[in-house]
Amino acid sequence: MNPESSFAAHLQSQGKLPSAISMGTSPEHLAPHGTTIVSLRHAEGVLMAGDRRATMGNFIAQRDIQKVFPADTYSLIGIAGSAGIALELVRLFQVELEHYEKIEGTALSLNGKANRLSSLLRSNLGLAMQGLAVVPLFAGFDSNLNIGRIFSYDVTGGRYEEHDFFAVGSGSQFARGALKKINALDQSEDEAIAAAIEALFDAADDDSATGGPDISRGIFPVIYTAGPQGVREIANDRIAQLSQEMLLRRSVEPNGPRAHLTNGRDRT
Amino acid sequence: MSMPYYVSPEQIIADKAEFARKGIARGRSVIVASATDAIYFIADNPSRALHKIGEIYDRIGFAAVGRYNEFENLRVAGVRLADTRGYSYDRTDVTVRTIANAYAQTLGSIFIEAAKPFEVEIAVAQVGDTPNQDQLYRISFDGSVHDQAGFICMGGDSETVGNHMEQNWKIGASGQDTLKAAVNALFPETKPDITSLEVATLSRTGEGRCFSRSSAEEIAKLLG
Repeated sequence: MNPESSFAAHLQSQGKLPSAISMGTSPEHLAPHGTTIVSLRHAEGVLMAGDRRATMGNFIAQRDIQKVFPADTYSLIGIAGSAGIALELVRLFQVELEHYEKIEGTALSLNGKANRLSSLLRSNLGLAMQGLAVVPLFAGFDSNLNIGRIFSYDVTGGRYEEHDFFAVGSGSQFARGALKKINALDQSEDEAIAAAIEALFDAADDDSATGGPDISRGIFPVIYTAGPQGVREIANDRIAQLSQEMLLRRSVEPNGPRAHLTNGRDRT
Repeated sequence: MSMPYYVSPEQIIADKAEFARKGIARGRSVIVASATDAIYFIADNPSRALHKIGEIYDRIGFAAVGRYNEFENLRVAGVRLADTRGYSYDRTDVTVRTIANAYAQTLGSIFIEAAKPFEVEIAVAQVGDTPNQDQLYRISFDGSVHDQAGFICMGGDSETVGNHMEQNWKIGASGQDTLKAAVNALFPETKPDITSLEVATLSRTGEGRCFSRSSAEEIAKLLG
């Protein structure tokens, strides 16, 4: 990448990039941790959803934290791990993409954005080794290929393209298990939203650090979708309604929709 | 042994100013104007690649005339300053006054210290909630800043173009009327070639990044 147009490189040269600090104690009790993010492709693009809980050891640090953000007009970033560092990474990544776009007069390709996130993440490796790891999930609409794409990362900055869906964070195994049974690539955006809400509920069901829908406080997952028209946030009212319908169904069938063993999927 | 001739400081400044003024007048004009719906940046620019108009920040835009390589450097510096401030503090802490001041400092010291002054003139504008709250600054090659209300006209035969705007445009004009007046001022005799128009707007109502470039179709539609 041209160093001229990298905002992070510019900050580093100015000594303004937040750098590693050394820690003595166990870090998960020091700073809040974000938990489960899911992302799935659908016929119109790609969607990303996150629960709202941040934990600090056994405490609930925040009930309504936002962990899924638009990275720019066509891409989304979700974060799990040490919340303070993760939110800072999101902010830096957003400015990084905007800065490139303004200086070069054209937006980065989706691959370019994904690679950029890799190198930003690698600069956090020192902190990650001390326990303050950040694991982002990146997804966006690729205007060249006309499809939604999902990229996962490890703490060293390794970048892996995922096929149909992925999840990160402490509840990710449960969310992935659920998505494996109910996700389908030809699904509409509406079906993908429903599947994401189900998967996050399954994560919250079995992982204490993932928050479920909070009816009494009106706190529901944050969901964004990216398609040919760009990034759009799904209205909270709609997610609230879908969550309540899901809870009603689950009051009859607590484990959620059952996948058919013989003829594909069922997501009633 | 040869001795350099003595040249008075007044003469040096006058020569540099003359040099810069000539360079700027050689190019084509740019107009920045406050309309009811947006701030319009209109440039007579046949190049599709070398822009004279650019985005600085959420509500701040940039326009320049003169030597491309010189004002392109200044544009990049402006974007850097804005992004660094917005990232260090908050997006709302980035103001056009900061940017205009930085440009004034830079151009001022280049004018005094460098052997050759920058042959550029720059406009930076910040869109407000109403046209009266818009801030338009013009920064000259010597670093002098002019805070202008309504519109800015720079480069080429800026006096004629400016007079034309003065007569045919007033604050409170719609976006369409502003674009028409500006295009008539830039091309007083000929029918304008849409492909040689570079137009961008800073929308008054948008959230976040308000800057957008107008496509040839959008320009044609507005010009009717």
